[in-house]
Amino acid sequence: MSKTLDLVTRVRGVRGAMLVSAEDGLVVAEQLMEGIKGPAVAALAASLAGRLRRAMDAAGTGGAVFWHLQAEQGALLVVPGSGLLVVAVAEPDVNIGLVRLELLRAAETVI
Amino acid sequence: MSPQTRAVESWTLQPLTDFVREASVRLVLVLTPSGQVLAQSGFSRAVDVMSAAALAAAIVASTGELARQLRQQPFAALSHQGPKTGFFLATFVAERGTLAVLAVYDLDVSSLGLVQLFYEQLAADLKVASPKGTVPKQVLAADFERELTDSLNTLFGR
Repeated sequence: MSKTLDLVTRVRGVRGAMLVSAEDGLVVAEQLMEGIKGPAVAALAASLAGRLRRAMDAAGTGGAVFWHLQAEQGALLVVPGSGLLVVAVAEPDVNIGLVRLELLRAAETVI
Repeated sequence: MSPQTRAVESWTLQPLTDFVREASVRLVLVLTPSGQVLAQSGFSRAVDVMSAAALAAAIVASTGELARQLRQQPFAALSHQGPKTGFFLATFVAERGTLAVLAVYDLDVSSLGLVQLFYEQLAADLKVASPKGTVPKQVLAADFERELTDSLNTLFGR
């Protein structure tokens, strides 16, 4: 799992990556820079993933493959899978396409 | 404030109200390890509060004894998850003495991670709000029934 997260954290501008249990919002594995509250990010990301899944089900779009929340001082990028989420916390100017690619690769290896 | 959140000791009310809103829990009790309820949220019947408080106090006592036999510190928290519902029971020490929080949550609206996260905030808020320099009132056996009735009346707004 550590090698899986390496795929994501080696991208320039990524401040941390986590595998999160989607059902209970607990951290399964993490590689985070200091100052990132891993358990809080995990719990809230899993909660958000559950609500998004229901919203997308209701909209008839099928499940999410990737989501990206952009904020002033950073971004949260998530690939939801069955049972696990692969989460990255990144700088605002990170190469989103590259992080997305590595998140999807990481998800393939663990989900 | 949720109409279903009520407190015997008023300093517990705001932290508990915040916890219920943020963690999206269905039922909560704040109690002492002896089973005296300080606040509740979500319960509609006094008998349910009494049962839950007695069972939570028993769990705190039995896990505390188990930890003692294992020569460990008392367990900080206990979590039990079923197919649709989970419960979380944890204790912490405040000025008021040791307090326990029992939270019951539905898995389709909350999660263990959320409950743990906001429980930490609840415990911190209760520690700050807990009355300083006061000795908790001891309930004598002779007064137990009256105290219990008074508490239940407060908890259900009677």
